Amino acid sequence: MAAEREPPPLGDGKPTDFEELEDGEDLFTSTVSTLESSPSSPEPASLPAEDISANSNGSKPAEVVLDDDREDLFAEATEEVSLDSPEREPILSSEPSPAVTPVTPTALIAPRIESKSMSAPVIFDRSREEIEEEANGDIFDIEIGVSDPEKVGDGMNAYMAYRVTTKTSLSMFSKSEFSVKRRFSDFLGLHSKLASKYLHVGYIVPPAPEKSIVGMTKVKVGKEDSSSTEFVEKRRAALERYLQRTVKHPILLQDPDLRQFLESSELPRAVNTQALSGAGILRMVNKAADAVNKMTIKMNESDAWFEEKQQQFENLDQQLRKLHASVEALVCHRKELSSNTAAFAKSAAMLGNSEDHTALSRALSQLAEVEEKIDQLHQEQAFADFYMFSELLSDYIRLIAAVKGVFDHRMKCWQKWEDAQITLLKKRETEAKMTVANKPDKIQQAKNEIREWEAKVQQGERDFEQISKTIRKEVGRFEKERVKDFKTVIIKYLESLVQTQQQLIKYWEAFLPEAKAIA
Amino acid sequence: MLVDLQGDSSLQVEISDAVSERDKVKFTVQTKSCLPHFAQTEFSVVRQHEEFIWLHDAYVENEEYAGLIIPPAPPRPDFEASREKLQKLGEGDSSISREEFAKMKQELEAEYLAIFKKTVAMHEVFLQRLAAHPTLRRDHNFFVFLEYGQDLSVRGKNRKELLGGFLRNIVKSADEALITGMSGLKEVDDFFEHERTFLLEYHTRIRDACLRADRVMRSHKCLADDYIPISAALSRLGTQEVPFPLPTFLTQKLEGRVASDEDLKLSDMLRYYARDSQAAKDLLYRRLRALADYENANKALDRARTRNREVRPAESHQQLCCQRFERLSDSAKQELMDFKSRRVSSFRKNLIELAELELKHAKASTLLLRNTLVALKGKP
Repeated sequence: MAAEREPPPLGDGKPTDFEELEDGEDLFTSTVSTLESSPSSPEPASLPAEDISANSNGSKPAEVVLDDDREDLFAEATEEVSLDSPEREPILSSEPSPAVTPVTPTALIAPRIESKSMSAPVIFDRSREEIEEEANGDIFDIEIGVSDPEKVGDGMNAYMAYRVTTKTSLSMFSKSEFSVKRRFSDFLGLHSKLASKYLHVGYIVPPAPEKSIVGMTKVKVGKEDSSSTEFVEKRRAALERYLQRTVKHPILLQDPDLRQFLESSELPRAVNTQALSGAGILRMVNKAADAVNKMTIKMNESDAWFEEKQQQFENLDQQLRKLHASVEALVCHRKELSSNTAAFAKSAAMLGNSEDHTALSRALSQLAEVEEKIDQLHQEQAFADFYMFSELLSDYIRLIAAVKGVFDHRMKCWQKWEDAQITLLKKRETEAKMTVANKPDKIQQAKNEIREWEAKVQQGERDFEQISKTIRKEVGRFEKERVKDFKTVIIKYLESLVQTQQQLIKYWEAFLPEAKAIA
Repeated sequence: MLVDLQGDSSLQVEISDAVSERDKVKFTVQTKSCLPHFAQTEFSVVRQHEEFIWLHDAYVENEEYAGLIIPPAPPRPDFEASREKLQKLGEGDSSISREEFAKMKQELEAEYLAIFKKTVAMHEVFLQRLAAHPTLRRDHNFFVFLEYGQDLSVRGKNRKELLGGFLRNIVKSADEALITGMSGLKEVDDFFEHERTFLLEYHTRIRDACLRADRVMRSHKCLADDYIPISAALSRLGTQEVPFPLPTFLTQKLEGRVASDEDLKLSDMLRYYARDSQAAKDLLYRRLRALADYENANKALDRARTRNREVRPAESHQQLCCQRFERLSDSAKQELMDFKSRRVSSFRKNLIELAELELKHAKASTLLLRNTLVALKGKP
C-alpha cells in the first residue's frame, strides 16, 4: 500500500497529516517536565511518526516492544534519577513518608459480603502533628471494621445488624480488641449526638451514610437478588468508612458517646433517626429555617481567609460533583463492556463449533474462553471503579456539605454576638433615659441588665473567636486528610488497574500458542 | 490482513491514493502489469464506489463465472456517524477544558481517519482478489475498469436496475428454499452436502460474532474516552505540596488502541468472512440451480422419449444441463477448498496478531501505570 493518501476534509478543511498521530503532549507531560530539568535525565527523543498503516495491514510482526518512544523515555528517566537529585524534592515530603500498607489486590477486587478483608485497614500517617495532638501520649492507633451483615427479624420490622470490630492499643478503651452488633439507626444516632455537640462549635463532623427507604424495603421484604446484596454491601462499606473517618478525628475520638457506640454491648435505640418520625420532620423544618436565615445574615467578614476558603470549597464541590458523574459513566460503560464481552464469547464459541477445520475450531473455542475470563475481569474492575472511586467521591461531596455547615454556624455565632451588641446598646440607651427621667429603681434594673448583656457580648466575642480558631484548624486538617485520602485511593485504584492488566497478559499469553498452532 | 494472496507479479493492482469529498470518495487505482493486453506497463485511473459495484455485479451476472466464488463487493463508504460526532463536539459543551476538547477532537479525527483507511482497504482487497484469481483476472470488464481513463457512467441506479435488484431478491428466496433442502432436491455429492450444511450454519454464526465483536469494540472505545475527563479532574485535585503527577489522559490512549486493534484484527476479519461465506453460499445456490435444471431436463427427456416427440432437442438440452452442472461442480469444489484455506490462514494470522497486540498494549499499560505509581508514591 502506498503511503500517500489525502485525508478526508474535516469541518475546518485543514488537512491533517495522518501519519503523525502522536499528540504533542503525550502521556507523561506532568512527570516528564519535573524530570527533564535534571541535568542527568536524557534528552527528549524525537518521536518517529507512528505509522498506523503498518498496524492496520498487520504486515509487520507485532513484537512486544513499545513503539511509543515517550514511554521509553519515562522508563529511562526513572532509572537515572537518583535519590540525591534535586528534582526529587517536590515529590518527597519533608515529613517521614507515610506508612502505606500494601493492600493485597484480591481483597480489593472481590466484594464478598461477609469478608472483613474487603475493608482495607485504615492507613495512618505518623506525622509529628498528629502525635502532638495526642492528649495522653498514646500512639494514635485504632482500626475499625464493619462486617457480617445479618438480617434480624421478619417483614417490615426486620433490620440488618452489622458487626463493628475495633482493634486498638489506645488506653482509653478497656480492651484491645472487641466487637459489637449495631444496626443502621445506631450509626445515625451516633452521628446525631456528635453533630449536636460539636458542629456548632466548628468541628467538621463526618456525615453518616444516607438513608434509603427503597433499598432497605427490598431487603426487608426478603428479596434475595443481586441488587439487594449489592445494596447491603454498599451500605456496609459506607458505614465502615464513616466510622474510620470519625475515629480519625482526635476530638471526636475522645467523645464518650463514640466510645459507648464502639464498646458497649447494649445501646439504647435511637428512635429519633427514623425518616418519618416526629423528630425527623422537626429536623427537616429546622433545615428549611436555617436556609432562610442564611440568606438574611449579612456578615461583615473581617477575615479574608474565611471568604477565600468558602470560595475554595465551592469550587471543590463542583469539581467533585463533575468527577463523580464522570466516574459513574465509567462504571456504567465498564459494565456494558463486560456484558458485550460475554455475548461475544458465546458467539465465538458457537463459531468455533461450526468451524470444520479442527485446529481453527479449537483456537476459536480458546478465544471464547479467554473472552469469558476477560468479561470476569471487567466485572471485577467495575466493582473496583465503584467502591474505590465513586463512593469516595460521594463521601467527600457530603463531607463538604458538613464543612459548609460549619462555616454557617460561624455566621450564626457572629449574628448572636452582633445581636448581643445591639441589645447592649439598647440597654444603655434605656439606662440613659431612666437617668434623665429620674426613676431610681428602673435605673438599677437597667444597670443589671447592662451588666448581663456586657457579659453576653464578651461571651459572644469569645465564642466567635473560638469557633473561628477551631474552623481554621479543622479546615487545615480536612485539607490534609482530603489530599491524603485521594492520593491513597488513586494509588489503590491504579494498583487495581495494574492487576487487571497483569491478568490480561496471562490470558493472552496462554492463547497465543493456540493461535500459532492453527495449521 | 484479510486475504493471503499468492498472486504472481504479472498483474499488480493497488489503491495508491484516495480523496474524500463531501459525499463521495475518489479512489486512484494503480495497475502495474507486463501483460500484453495493456497499452502501458503502469497506469492509473480514478474510480468511485459505484464503479466497483458495477464491476462486481458484472462478474455475478456472467454465466462463465457461475462456478466461482465472486469476491464480495466492498461496502459503501460511510462517514455519517463520525461526521455527526465531530459536529456535536464542535457545537458542544463549553464546560470542558481546552485540553480535554483538543484531546476529544483528536480522538474523533483519528476515528474518522480509521474509517477512511478501512474503506480504502476494503476496495483494494476486492481488486486484489480479482487480480490474483487465474480466471477472474482475465475478464474484459476488469480490464476496462483498470484502464479506461474516463468514468464508467454507472453512477446511480436507474429504474431498470432497481427493478433488477427487486427481482434478484425474489430469486434469492427461491435459492434459500433450494439450499435449505426444502425444495426436495436431492444432493448427489457428499462433499457438497457437507459444505451446504456447514456454510449455512457458519454464515449465520460468523455474522452474529461480527455484530457482537463490533459492540465490544464500541464499548471499549467509550470506556477509553471516559478517562479523558477523569484524569484531567484527578490531576486538578492535587495540591502544590501533594501533587498528583498523573499521565495526561491516563490510560485513554492505550485503551483506545486496544479498541482499534480489536476492531481491525477481529471485527473486520469476521465481517469480511461473513461476506465471503455469503459469496460461497451464492456459489452453492448456482450449482443447485444447475442441478435442478439438470433434473428437469432429465424429466423432460424421459417425457419426450415416452411420447417419442422432440427427442433430439430434449437430448441436447439435457446434455447441456449435464455439462453445465458438472463444470460448476468441479470448479465449485476447487473454489470451496480455496475458501477454506483462505479463511484458515487469515484467521490464523489475525488471531496471532490480535493476541500479540493485546499483549503489547497490556504490557505498555502496566509500565505506564507502574511508573505513575512510582511518581505518586514518591519512592525511589
